[in-house]
Amino acid sequence: MAFELPKLPYALDALEPHISKKTLEFHYGKHHQGYVNKLNGLVPGSPFENADLEEIIKKSEGGIFNNGAQVWNHTFYFFQLSGSPKTSPGGALKSAIERDFGSLEDFKEKFSNAAATLFGSGWAWLVKNADGKLEIVQTANAGNPLRDGKTPLLTCDVWEHAYYLDKQNLRPAYIEEFWKVLDWDVVESRF
Amino acid sequence: MSFIQPELKYDYTALEPYIDARTMEIHYTKHHAGYTSKLNNAIEGTELDGKTIEEVLSVVSKFPAAVRNNAGGFYNHNLYWDVMQPGGSSEPKGELADAINAAFGSLEAFKDVFSKSAAGRFGSGWAWLLKDGNELKVESTPNQDNPLMDVSDVKGTPILGIDVWEHAYYLKYQNKRPEYIEAFWKVINWDEVDRRFKG
Repeated sequence: MAFELPKLPYALDALEPHISKKTLEFHYGKHHQGYVNKLNGLVPGSPFENADLEEIIKKSEGGIFNNGAQVWNHTFYFFQLSGSPKTSPGGALKSAIERDFGSLEDFKEKFSNAAATLFGSGWAWLVKNADGKLEIVQTANAGNPLRDGKTPLLTCDVWEHAYYLDKQNLRPAYIEEFWKVLDWDVVESRF
Repeated sequence: MSFIQPELKYDYTALEPYIDARTMEIHYTKHHAGYTSKLNNAIEGTELDGKTIEEVLSVVSKFPAAVRNNAGGFYNHNLYWDVMQPGGSSEPKGELADAINAAFGSLEAFKDVFSKSAAGRFGSGWAWLLKDGNELKVESTPNQDNPLMDVSDVKGTPILGIDVWEHAYYLKYQNKRPEYIEAFWKVINWDEVDRRFKG
């Protein structure tokens, strides 16, 4: 069965003015769709013909890994964003963030720094380790923490295509906007 | 002694319509200038202070990642601006043309190999035409790595290079990296490539 591009739960202009419609048209309509198309071109006849994305992320290499992980990463990224987000975490997630980072503000600062300093293309992640502890990790290119046995809770795409039309070289300005459309409701449900 | 970003030999508009002025300006004044200042910060007060950029590249493994990333960003962009020119591409001549034909069969065959290498680099990086002894070869490297670095799997002297970080083409070409690569062939300064080939 071919992989499909999931339909976004919001309109392409829903994240304005923080993330532009034009950026989403390319990011979702061209990049995300492109990874789906390339994956569907590579999987038939490979050992991953009947695999789901998680199995591809954990076991594959090369083009199948790159495109499979990028399909998963982008779905995970887009589905945690909203034009009317819950702006801070509550409940058990809030407690865990305070336990492991001190405060929400401390966490956001550390996460923003991880996103800003990843050199080249990649992703910053908040993950839950096997022992339940929260951690911030960076992955290069298509990298995904599932491969290291960690559970992703939220992610920020820092490939230049995620922000170049809106912010050009100013990645930190994009990360500031990212926080304004991050829906903590979704992050809580993943936790 | 710190590194100084070389002046561009042409205006930001000079490579239009192939590379747009806004991309040129941001690429040169923000990205390249940023690598230059961060490189100077990274080497200040270290034994690298006063070395040539080639000497720095040859020992990056012994220093923090900021040296590798920014020395590469400085050198790579210096080369990139120099191997482009306004007014259309020249043609490779003489020994360089012979070496390209010997290695790839023809100029067109070389361009095809190079374009595929540039398009196939996943994520950020560069594709290169390299001189390795008397041989020419095409390779790509990730991020701001460079074949002169001791950490690089790929070795040789770069004589032509294309930047395939998205910042090099996203404002004009967005996701269509192959169209940017096609445009690059319209602005090659083969005299500069030849100078590097003979150097």
